[in-house]
Amino acid sequence: MVVNAEVGKKGESSDCWVRLELLPRGGISLKLKSKVGSMYGDSIRGLAKEMMEFFDIENASLEIEDEGALPFALKARIESAVKKCLPSLKKEFLGEVLSENLYGVERDRFRRSRLYVPGDQPRLIINSGLYQPDGIILDLEDSVAPGEKGSARFMVRNALREVDFRGAERMVRINQLPMGLADLEFVVPHGVHTILIPKCEDERTVQEVDAKVQSLQKEYKVKGEIYLMPIIETALGVINAYRIATSSPRVVALTIGLEDFTADIGTERTKAGEESRLARQTVVLAARAAGIQPIDSVYSDLADEEGLQESVREAKALGFEGKGCIHPSQIRIIHQGFAPTEREIEWAKRVSMALAKAQQEGKGVVALGNKMIDPPVVKRAERILKLAMLNGQLSADWKGREDES
Amino acid sequence: MKVNAAGRWVPDEINNHPIIPYQGVGKHIPRGRKAAPPVVSCANYPTDGDKVIPTLRQALKLAGLRDGMTISTHHHFRDGDKLTNQLFDTIADMGVKDIRWFPSASFPCHAPIIKHLESGVVHHIEGSMNGPLGEFCTRGKMKGQGVLRSHGGRYRAVQDGEVHIDIAVIAAPTADPFGNANALYGKSACGSLMFALADSQYADKVIVVTDNLVPFPCIPWQIQGNYVDYVVVMDEIGDPSKIISGTTKVTRSPARLLIAELTARFIKETGIMKDGFSFQAGAGGTSLAFVVYLKRMMQEAGVKAGWVRGGSTKYLVELLEKGLTGAILDGQTFDLDGVRSMRDNPNHVWTSPFTSYSYHGKGHFASMVDVVVLGATEVDTNFNANVVTHSDGVLLHGIGGWQDCLFSKCTILAVPSFRGRIPIIVDRVTTLCGPGELIDVVVTERGIAINPRREDLLEAVRGSSLPIRPIEEIKEEVEKICGGPPVPPKVDKNRVVAAVQWVDGTVIDVVKMKID
Repeated sequence: MVVNAEVGKKGESSDCWVRLELLPRGGISLKLKSKVGSMYGDSIRGLAKEMMEFFDIENASLEIEDEGALPFALKARIESAVKKCLPSLKKEFLGEVLSENLYGVERDRFRRSRLYVPGDQPRLIINSGLYQPDGIILDLEDSVAPGEKGSARFMVRNALREVDFRGAERMVRINQLPMGLADLEFVVPHGVHTILIPKCEDERTVQEVDAKVQSLQKEYKVKGEIYLMPIIETALGVINAYRIATSSPRVVALTIGLEDFTADIGTERTKAGEESRLARQTVVLAARAAGIQPIDSVYSDLADEEGLQESVREAKALGFEGKGCIHPSQIRIIHQGFAPTEREIEWAKRVSMALAKAQQEGKGVVALGNKMIDPPVVKRAERILKLAMLNGQLSADWKGREDES
Repeated sequence: MKVNAAGRWVPDEINNHPIIPYQGVGKHIPRGRKAAPPVVSCANYPTDGDKVIPTLRQALKLAGLRDGMTISTHHHFRDGDKLTNQLFDTIADMGVKDIRWFPSASFPCHAPIIKHLESGVVHHIEGSMNGPLGEFCTRGKMKGQGVLRSHGGRYRAVQDGEVHIDIAVIAAPTADPFGNANALYGKSACGSLMFALADSQYADKVIVVTDNLVPFPCIPWQIQGNYVDYVVVMDEIGDPSKIISGTTKVTRSPARLLIAELTARFIKETGIMKDGFSFQAGAGGTSLAFVVYLKRMMQEAGVKAGWVRGGSTKYLVELLEKGLTGAILDGQTFDLDGVRSMRDNPNHVWTSPFTSYSYHGKGHFASMVDVVVLGATEVDTNFNANVVTHSDGVLLHGIGGWQDCLFSKCTILAVPSFRGRIPIIVDRVTTLCGPGELIDVVVTERGIAINPRREDLLEAVRGSSLPIRPIEEIKEEVEKICGGPPVPPKVDKNRVVAAVQWVDGTVIDVVKMKID
């Protein structure tokens, strides 16, 4: 019997390369070359030994070239090598779930920014929560090379359990189906909040994901909601947007991926975005009609801060509630762009006070001046106030202060 | 061996000379008089002022080069220095041995000195030991013991007579035959030559080497010809592309940008950033990003600095040219914008380790700076910090002006909470370089820790949205991420390979031979 597997890349900082070869005899031989060998060599050797025992591997040669990989990454690489050699092995080497990560998220929470992080780059994953995006997308799809897909699943699974995401919504973008269905086994039992489904063209894709999520939730007794966010990236997807938006109660937001969309309709993506305006507006309408959040695509020119500002301004004007980010430096600009203006805040305060007054007086009808206020308007005002408070533009006790003055 | 005031074991002698153990900040009071170079007479120098000697070899011979001498060089050309290696090749060729090399700093380009250390031409190095030289020294391969001093400490050591320089070799981008020299002109222009000030004043013999000889008078003279014995012209003493180093780029790492921004916000929200304030930041990527953030905040608040301290770069020059600071007091210049500004702008002034840093003077600029932003390789929970070795115990950096800068009114270490897998906050620093009582704030991407001694700073940030956390808490979080604290290096306890001096010349800690 000779079976061997290699995972990871040599020389990748904060990561490691692992080669495992199963042998018929001779016990375990470990060859470790580590940049942090004098400080963490014993720890790495101990971990490798523990994992070989856990997976009942008695005879093997294990080579590790380590560039200072953190434990969650080391474990993912080693387990990935083991499972490449022994694909039928069901056992999982799982770390404790970080107590800081035991939080759920609300269905209609703010999703102004979602930061894409390649699922196989532990160096970028570890700090992603520090930049305070509303959501962090551990990506298994486009940012992961085909040969790394398997290893990335273990990395994402371990990250969901062991990396502190500091209150961000934990999102995972799975691969296109059917590969995406297998991805779900690595994320549903491990604390994912929201699954992004790429290249969604009809409701059946969403429903397949929904069914698999449900069965995994049952199998692993996963508590808490798991939401879905379909990404529309084709002309057909745009045409079917409303059906996609209403395909499952788990769908909380609908978004559009413009790189692939523009290619699909046979044109190029421009800064002005004329080619995708109808599609984006269709997504907004479909999402609003379905009572979920419309979220805009990413802005891919990292160096162009002003372009991003303009793009956020436009997205907000079209009715979008958020944008994707490909770099942490975009987060603040996006949050600033979606922040309510002074005028919006003042208006929302007046609506809120009018509502309170009507309730106090036992009136069924709310009026602002001589204008009637309907529930969607009240809802929008409440959301503006909530966001203003989140941004620190408005203090939580603003009502008390207004009464005093 | 005895324990110094910082609780570190230090030997009785370094290189067979008795040492004074560290006594505490401001505790060691020096006595006696300063050193003095020999009295000389114009009668022994050419009356036409022409001190040009055809070759470096001849100049060294005339200077009386012999075994066991102390030779000094300077790091104005940073990693682009091409003189030092030629100098030691020449010394080797002359058959001279056991030289004490006394550079103001060394760089990776000085790796060829290793062959001279191995052959016995160089006995030991007193100065920073970076990269391959640091590895060589830490492995116990150097004949003598290394001595690490800060920039101010180096000036002080020469002035106090602790280090007597036999021959100073000063690489000058522009010089005249009399020996007047500056670094503002010429293809190797690098700003100033002030790291060589003490050497010019106190060495027995001074050789100026230039690749740009101009007729007398070389104006302005940063090094005065009246101190100079010989002038040598060589084809190539520096590599301009490396003199202006690649380190002067704003970081693109999101974590480091976050650290830089938190640092700037801290300075703003504590009220340190106010009209007339002063600051100093280095030329690393994080420091530059800090300057960019601070500049934006100063502009938004309409605040102008009174003066700033360089290492200057185009980012500081922008502050000066936009009227956001009254002056740049510059220790060294990292890019061509800095050189241009120093040359053309009377408010961009070169300073020396004497004016800025030397602890044995009548005051120094360092203690007048409102806030300084520095790096570190390690810091412990009592805010003691290391800047010369990493947690693996290998010498990697010099002290530079780091120790001297700790005397600022507010000293901030802006550091990532871990590098690769190695936590920065530890229980005990591997090598102690700066006492915690002088270090006020540690800014990491995972939070800001304020030294509990600084109740005023804690009070100033109360109620702000800054992530202020106890240093122990950040340490625990990072150890959880990294899988525990790093294992201390295995060393031979009896083999001291280098001593780290405090600014006053006492020994604050030592580096021991690494043995794994």
